[in-house]
Amino acid sequence: MARIIGGVASTHVPAIGKAIAEKKQNDPYWKPFFQGFDYVHQWLAREKPDVAVVFYNDHGLNFFLDKLPTFAIGAASEYRNEDEGWGIPVSRSLKGYPELSWHLINQLVADEFDITVCQEMLVDHAVTIPMALMWPGETRPVRIVPVSINTVQHPLPSVARCFKLGQSIGRAIDSFAENLRVMIVGTGGLSHQLDGKRAGFINKEFDMLCLDKIANDPLALTRYSIHDIVAEAGAQGVELLNWVAMRGALTGKVSEAHRNYHIPISNTAAATVVLNNQAIERRKVA
Amino acid sequence: MKQDIPGTIMFDGALAQKGYALNQMCFSFNSAENRAAFLKDEEAYCKKYGLTAEQRAAVKSRNVLRMIEAGGNIYYLAKLAGIFGLNVQDIGAQQTDVSVSEFKRKLEAAGR
Repeated sequence: MARIIGGVASTHVPAIGKAIAEKKQNDPYWKPFFQGFDYVHQWLAREKPDVAVVFYNDHGLNFFLDKLPTFAIGAASEYRNEDEGWGIPVSRSLKGYPELSWHLINQLVADEFDITVCQEMLVDHAVTIPMALMWPGETRPVRIVPVSINTVQHPLPSVARCFKLGQSIGRAIDSFAENLRVMIVGTGGLSHQLDGKRAGFINKEFDMLCLDKIANDPLALTRYSIHDIVAEAGAQGVELLNWVAMRGALTGKVSEAHRNYHIPISNTAAATVVLNNQAIERRKVA
Repeated sequence: MKQDIPGTIMFDGALAQKGYALNQMCFSFNSAENRAAFLKDEEAYCKKYGLTAEQRAAVKSRNVLRMIEAGGNIYYLAKLAGIFGLNVQDIGAQQTDVSVSEFKRKLEAAGR
């Protein structure tokens, strides 16, 4: 059976892609952020995941406002990145896992999540940057299933709904017959705001609360409304939804293995978290 | 959608409708060819996408707050800003009416 080994949450600011391309990892500005991935690299080397299910938000590469799904899931064998228009290099393609995608799709719809299914799907920096941070070398040793959550156009799905989406995906992974090690990724955040007269807004106190709750008390986060999250975390801080969905998919006993928090990267409070998921043995019914 | 958070715009249905043409034009800037076409003849390019008079004036003014007012969504507007080599700190500084270095100092101060 497939086993969920844990989760990684990571900021996905486009400027990181530029810094990687320009090899600025050891610059004083970037070092405190990139250093936060040393532990992630050790964790990945030890845990050896086969697949990553990635919760992220598309910023206008694959989806436009003409047809914008609240939740969309990839079912492709390959996911390409393309020019996003703001000068970061195009990333290599990532391998998909259609069999797992379709298993998740079947289970999600049976579970009353009416998702959009994409056999063709471009993935933007919100997928490619965390992948490049986790595997800085030439290879990407995991296959992915991307799950896109609308954080662009209100109304957005509630925090509680995203948590339940994650839970549903977690249960579906647990019932996948192949012997796989699955990691869950949530990208974006933490607090930041790009637009309006409050541009540059960062809320360290609220971020600390999110970091404290994400491992041990995620239900506390689900009690916030989207309006509350925008007020507390900034207009684009709603990317927290991807983190919450990631946490929802961790179906076992969850503990924090690592965290890094650094202000600022670009306009953002950058954060990296690794969570371990210890499977709870299900007793066989006699 | 309640628009009551100071200095913050929730990009909702009303704005998504209002800003459609402007955002559609900005979405086209994913292509280098389209970015070049815009730079070559901005007037014609805006006309092709049917920008409203308010949107056209906002783009002409290069003023991000005006573009948002006209229904622009920041993720799409960032693609337009990219054409002029402006990043999110540059447009953050413009929107908050401070210099870029002052804006960066403010971001750093948030970490202390």
